[in-house]
Amino acid sequence: MAMSAIWTGMVVLSLVYGLYAGNGAGVAAAAVEGAAAAVELCLRMAGLMCLWMGVMEVMKRSGLAKGLARLLRPVLNRLYPDFARDGETMETVSANVSANLLGLGNAATPLGIRAARRMALRTPGVASDSLCMLVVCNTASIQLIPTTVAALRQSLGCATPFDILPAVWLSSALSVAAGILAAKVFARLWRGVGA
Amino acid sequence: MTLAFQLVIPLILALVAVYAMARRVDVYAALCQGAGEGLGVLVKVLPAMVALMTAVYMLRASGLLEALAAPLAPLLTKLGIPPETIGLLLVRPISGNAALGVGSELMATYGVDSAIGRTAAVMLGCSETTFYTVAVYFGSAGVKKTRYAIPAALCADLAAFVAAGWAVKLCFGGG
Repeated sequence: MAMSAIWTGMVVLSLVYGLYAGNGAGVAAAAVEGAAAAVELCLRMAGLMCLWMGVMEVMKRSGLAKGLARLLRPVLNRLYPDFARDGETMETVSANVSANLLGLGNAATPLGIRAARRMALRTPGVASDSLCMLVVCNTASIQLIPTTVAALRQSLGCATPFDILPAVWLSSALSVAAGILAAKVFARLWRGVGA
Repeated sequence: MTLAFQLVIPLILALVAVYAMARRVDVYAALCQGAGEGLGVLVKVLPAMVALMTAVYMLRASGLLEALAAPLAPLLTKLGIPPETIGLLLVRPISGNAALGVGSELMATYGVDSAIGRTAAVMLGCSETTFYTVAVYFGSAGVKKTRYAIPAALCADLAAFVAAGWAVKLCFGGG
């Protein structure tokens, strides 16, 4: 329902503001251009998207994600000290993070949900510090190869769609660090308020 | 440096294939199956893109985004965020497909290799659909009291947007 309200809002606001600002003709033209542009965009992105989904399937079957999860475990134990001794939860968390890193979104979400459910068992109905951290880390993108964006750039005629990689990695790292820091700081503040 | 990053994809293709072969995975069958599933994803995304791109195009043409950006422009510029990306900032945490629509519109208008086009791409690449993720996780864990999760997640988003503008300047120069 939220999307219905957002979509209706966008269309109505565009029409009203467009008429008010004297851009009515432009809005009318845009209303019939957008749909065609969307189909064209999807088709032009299709090749790279499909190829990458294929590579992901190979990664999944070869157990690459599992190996990466094993490497991440010690770091993650420090991020979730309350669950460091809960082997099964931490295994799910590290599988979630490694799937996120490899861009296996379809695999990452069910894993993350399983970890969230296990964490919530200890504090039913309330988000513990660890659960907040899990959610914050999942809302900050840590994908190593942002394929969708690269496919989008390529579809718009960019010759080197992956030249943004270093900038994406840098920004992702800063964003995740900011999220973790914010979660740690807020955890202290909220404790003061009484959770 | 540039060549190295262009080689990332062929390198990954080769390394993943060799690793999978060594693990006795039927690489070709897996590749084809995954690519087939990719079509399914596209079929699911396309209707949403048609709806959202229509709305995004209308919003851009109406001039409302520029009107919203104008008062915020000094603040955004100070943070290193190009004011033109205001639409992307607004929809990114709410809808992934809408963000893709706004992003592609920005890249098409200003050029994929312009500072604005690149910043939009990096913003898309280093952030997630925050509200959707929060809803899915807390919803399935049966959590009502989300405490500070949403403000902390939005801090990460803001950091992502500021970092994107800054990282593009660092990696590609001021232009």
